[in-house]
Amino acid sequence: MHRYRFVLFRPLQFLPVLFGISVITFILVRLIPGDPARVLLGARSTPTAIARIHAQYGLDEPIWLQYFYFLQNLGKGEMGKSILFKIDVLKLILTRIEPTLVLVLTSVILSILIAVPMAALAARNNGRLADHAVRIVSTLGIGFPPFWLALMLIILFSVKLGIFPVSGYGDTLLDKAAHLILPSLTIALSLSAVLTRSLRAAMIVELQSDLATAARARGMPESIVFWRHVLPNSLVPTINLLAVNIGWLIGGTVVVETVFAIPGMGQLLVRAIFSRDYMVVQGVAMVFACATVLVNFLADIVTVTVDPRVRL
Amino acid sequence: MMPSATNATRMNLPWSRFLGRHLTLATGAGILGLFLMVALTAPLIAPYDPIFQNADVRLLPPALAHPFGTDNFGRDILSRVIWGARIDLQIAVIGVVFPFLIGTFVGTVAGFFGGIVDAIFMRLVDIILAFPFLVLMLSIIAILGPGLSSFYIAMALVGWVSYARLIRAQILVLKNSDYALAAVSLGFSRTRIMFRHLLPNAIAGSLVFSMSDAVLVLLNGAAISYLGLGVQPPVAEWGVMVAEGQSFITTAWWITLFPGLSIVVLAFGFSLLGDGLGEWLGVRE
Repeated sequence: MHRYRFVLFRPLQFLPVLFGISVITFILVRLIPGDPARVLLGARSTPTAIARIHAQYGLDEPIWLQYFYFLQNLGKGEMGKSILFKIDVLKLILTRIEPTLVLVLTSVILSILIAVPMAALAARNNGRLADHAVRIVSTLGIGFPPFWLALMLIILFSVKLGIFPVSGYGDTLLDKAAHLILPSLTIALSLSAVLTRSLRAAMIVELQSDLATAARARGMPESIVFWRHVLPNSLVPTINLLAVNIGWLIGGTVVVETVFAIPGMGQLLVRAIFSRDYMVVQGVAMVFACATVLVNFLADIVTVTVDPRVRL
Repeated sequence: MMPSATNATRMNLPWSRFLGRHLTLATGAGILGLFLMVALTAPLIAPYDPIFQNADVRLLPPALAHPFGTDNFGRDILSRVIWGARIDLQIAVIGVVFPFLIGTFVGTVAGFFGGIVDAIFMRLVDIILAFPFLVLMLSIIAILGPGLSSFYIAMALVGWVSYARLIRAQILVLKNSDYALAAVSLGFSRTRIMFRHLLPNAIAGSLVFSMSDAVLVLLNGAAISYLGLGVQPPVAEWGVMVAEGQSFITTAWWITLFPGLSIVVLAFGFSLLGDGLGEWLGVRE
């Protein structure tokens, strides 16, 4: 259990980062040109009403005290009110988490399902035609703009073949699944391009490792050497790569949710930006940042569990 | 004499032989060169005005007169794709250059001086990296207002962190090398040691990274324009063009197909150039 000790201490190292995240999101909203009270009141803004809002939200206090209030409210789970939706930002975000979370998870699973066979094909034929083909395809794949790929998949699968719905989310489980296939595939195709490149490199190293040689010397068939020994070891760096790319993945969901009109956090962020709903922008940015920190932590735990040699 | 002689032959290697040995680098450079040419000669080679609307030729499929077809305003897609090369190349280049310069400077200084300067900058790097890139970009653009200049400012504010990290790691190793110590004992100034001695040896990794970064910047710039927060219509930019064609994907697929393909090919060029540079300079990702 000694090697799991970091699980207790690592969160302490997160404190400065979380503090920084709160400062940056606080500054983001304070930098907005114009008076938030005026935005909040809209047409009803009279000097007395503005002064009342200033006093109510502590906007007439010094900036460091405002930051203190901001933290205090965060502690109580209050992130302000959405101007557009007229409800608490936190409540609003909670209703939007499910589609985004499901989208991210299915994309990751799908991308691994695509990347593992591709990388295996390339690594086992290192330097041959199949390898070159996989490398060219994955290098091309990195440059696919998700918003465009999404539309191309819609043309192919929804318009021409009529298999999947064009956009939206659905209500029942089956309906949701049907609506999420194309969006997940969009992200998975882009992500698998990145994963394939790194998996292939890791597999080539593992194929030449002592471990693999020893397994072959014991008379193990090459396919068992590969799937039982090489694959698990080469997946370790891929887990970290996934964690590093979580920010990129979230960016992808922001775009893809907008293309497919999925009511997730990404779509909420884009709508909030257009309607100048700054409290929502702040809330979503903060939740996404905390999720990124959490995913990196989870990736560390998974790495230590999968690979007993790793010490953190 | 012999080593210098072989050295001279290597340096004088004809371009054709050099490129033959570095096929990836050559292909990448070729693709980028092509796009650069297209961008520079856009007014000469574009068959039509990219923003001229002609109601007589609305939504025409690709044909001889309009090889990439026309959009709902009767604008020629090929001409718009050609003019778009100017904007999208600019996005990829400017979006990388400023982060590169800022990050290189910060990374060099932080790595060289260490201590409190290093600690402050590296914590800042950690915090910025905690935010999903696009989310932080969008939040900054939300404040600055939509537009290409907002995109560049947001890029400069956010994008430098990766370069700072890369350079700092290199400088930390190099500053203890013998030649650095020699430069110190010769009494060279710290600025000179940092930027004339250490930086040139530390920069290869960042140069290679800047190519894959250009791909990401291009995709992000196009995505932000697609969302309506970057380049504004009627300017011909590939992300904007995809967004404009979205309502017509069932009837006029060509409006979306060609600008998207242009992004893919340009990104491919940057990726290949990055891979080729990595092979050539002996940098591993």
